[in-house]
Amino acid sequence: MTEGVIKPLDSPIPLPAPIYRDLRAIYTLWLRDIIRLWRDKVRLVGSLIQPVLFLFILGGGLKGRFSAGFSGGGNYQQFIFPGILAMSILFTASFAGIAVVWDREVGFLKEVLVAPLSRTAVVLGKVLGGSTNSLVQGLILFSLYPFFGIHLNPARFALAVMTMFVIGLAQTAMGIALSVRMSSSQGFMVLLNFIILPLYFLSGAMFPLNGLPKWLSIAVVLDPVTYGVDLLRGILLGAHHFSLPVDILALGAFGSIMIFLAVRLFNMESPV
Amino acid sequence: MIRIENLKKEFVTPSGVRTAVKGLDLKVGTGEFFALLGPNGAGKTTTISILATILKPTSGSVRVDDLDVEKEPHLVRQKIGIIFQDPSLDDRLSALENMEFHGRLYGMSRNQRGERTETLLHMVDLWDRKDDLVRSFSGGMRRRLEIARGLMHYPRLLILDEPTIGLDPKTRRVIWEYVHQSRKKWGMTVFLTTHYLEEADSADRVGVMDEGSLVALDTPEKLKKMVGPEIVILKTDPHSLESVRQYLENTFGIRDFHSEAPGELSFPMPTGVESVINIVRSVPASIRAMTIRTPDLDDVFIQMTGKNMVLNQENASPFHRVYRGKL
Ligand SMILES: Nc1ncnc2c1ncn2[C@@H]1O[C@H](COP(=O)(O)OP(=O)(O)OP(=O)(O)O)[C@@H](O)[C@H]1O
Ligand SMILES: [Mg+2]
Repeated sequence: MTEGVIKPLDSPIPLPAPIYRDLRAIYTLWLRDIIRLWRDKVRLVGSLIQPVLFLFILGGGLKGRFSAGFSGGGNYQQFIFPGILAMSILFTASFAGIAVVWDREVGFLKEVLVAPLSRTAVVLGKVLGGSTNSLVQGLILFSLYPFFGIHLNPARFALAVMTMFVIGLAQTAMGIALSVRMSSSQGFMVLLNFIILPLYFLSGAMFPLNGLPKWLSIAVVLDPVTYGVDLLRGILLGAHHFSLPVDILALGAFGSIMIFLAVRLFNMESPV
Repeated sequence: MIRIENLKKEFVTPSGVRTAVKGLDLKVGTGEFFALLGPNGAGKTTTISILATILKPTSGSVRVDDLDVEKEPHLVRQKIGIIFQDPSLDDRLSALENMEFHGRLYGMSRNQRGERTETLLHMVDLWDRKDDLVRSFSGGMRRRLEIARGLMHYPRLLILDEPTIGLDPKTRRVIWEYVHQSRKKWGMTVFLTTHYLEEADSADRVGVMDEGSLVALDTPEKLKKMVGPEIVILKTDPHSLESVRQYLENTFGIRDFHSEAPGELSFPMPTGVESVINIVRSVPASIRAMTIRTPDLDDVFIQMTGKNMVLNQENASPFHRVYRGKL
């Protein structure tokens, strides 16, 4: 209880090297998101309902209708499984942006912004927290894969998990980049719907990419989410629309650009 | 500790550019207790946000411990502990978790965090509630937790933006005692803004800010002397208040009137008048009561800014009115 007398003008906490300090801070921000995720188990379970409905009701209902060979020869339920995984990750990851706006609304963001860490570390901490969050949700859904007659060897399993994580990373970064100028979470939700829904629907998550009308196939190629979905489908079902290198490159580029953008925007003065 | 030179801050708003700080110059020494006063919207919080590296200056330079807030913000941040005017806790975390989070961000070891958290939560009387979520805390309890958190990492510069709003008198005293102890212990500098002017009384120096720049800067004693030796309060019939005011202004050249209650008029004793009795006798209305007191910081504030502090607070009665010679 009693503290030793500290020599005046002596800072009792040694200043760590900047990199070390930022790494610790990133871990701290990540830890907070995990604690909050764990505390909010209801939301975790609740957000699984929608994708499960899609998988079993939409997928189950349409399974018998389209039998004419989906890529890889699977049925519709198998076909949309990677798409639904991507959807769940997409929406949860975008939530990280809302969390930043919430932090701004309740004032907690100020506490983070005056703490001795770089703005880059703030963004990376939030991105890691958000993508872990979305990965957890993705993994719960992913664990259903045996029910759909999908077989995976350990290598494919690991690749699938990595892909889900990268999709989450890119999408979280996008949500955070969008959150920088936003001070109301309601406004942010509206903005997010404007962006996320088209990205999702155009990604080929719900329909095969061959034989599309011209305008649609252009939009699909322009949609960065397409490549994540295609990659996931390739790993799970063994059928790509694009080639593996194209998918990986596109997904990697999308993720890097989003993280770069989020860091850049956050480094400018943000309203608190 | 703090060196602000020609600081200017503009906000671009939908209704145009608003200048919140206009050419502020200010130095605060290491270990000093400095209080910044000023009416609502004077630019105090804006100045603090720039000091704390949340906002960037439009122009001018701000240095903390000889570090430029724009060039080396991370080094500045490590030295500062800040209690914001507005809430800044994570209400989905417990009190302990909020402290832990802070300690980790400031690079404290597990032992240091544990020790500091215990000491400070005891100080603000929240140790028994340490595991409760902040959501379940009362307004004053949240405030206490924020103060404990701001002190946690032994800040070299403690910035307090209206820290004691909503705190009961006993808590206020305990916290001030702790702050002063900390100043002695590790030479902490304190930068305070407050609307409770008695808190500024014990400051080494007081600055009064109005409309974005300093209008006064000195020790509390000297500032009070500037107002005049004495403050006179006259009580008269509310109907004749205005005529009394006009008479006093015309005859004795008195300005800076203000009114704390209906029918009451107070003003600094003018120089060159031998006795208050001379004034009271000559007033062409009946005076019911008269009081004389020495000036306090309220009077300084009113004279410097032309605003009545009481009016800025929510509990001000609608009868209060500010009288100003210039009107
Ligand atoms: N983010 C912002 N955008 C636009 N204008 C702002 C912003 N922040 C502050 N202002 C304006 O700057 C001026 C100074 O505000 P500031 O918060 O610094 O006042 P203050 O002295 O702290 O007042 P108070 O005693 O009420 O806390 C006000 O006119 C305010 O409207
Ligand atoms: Mg303020």
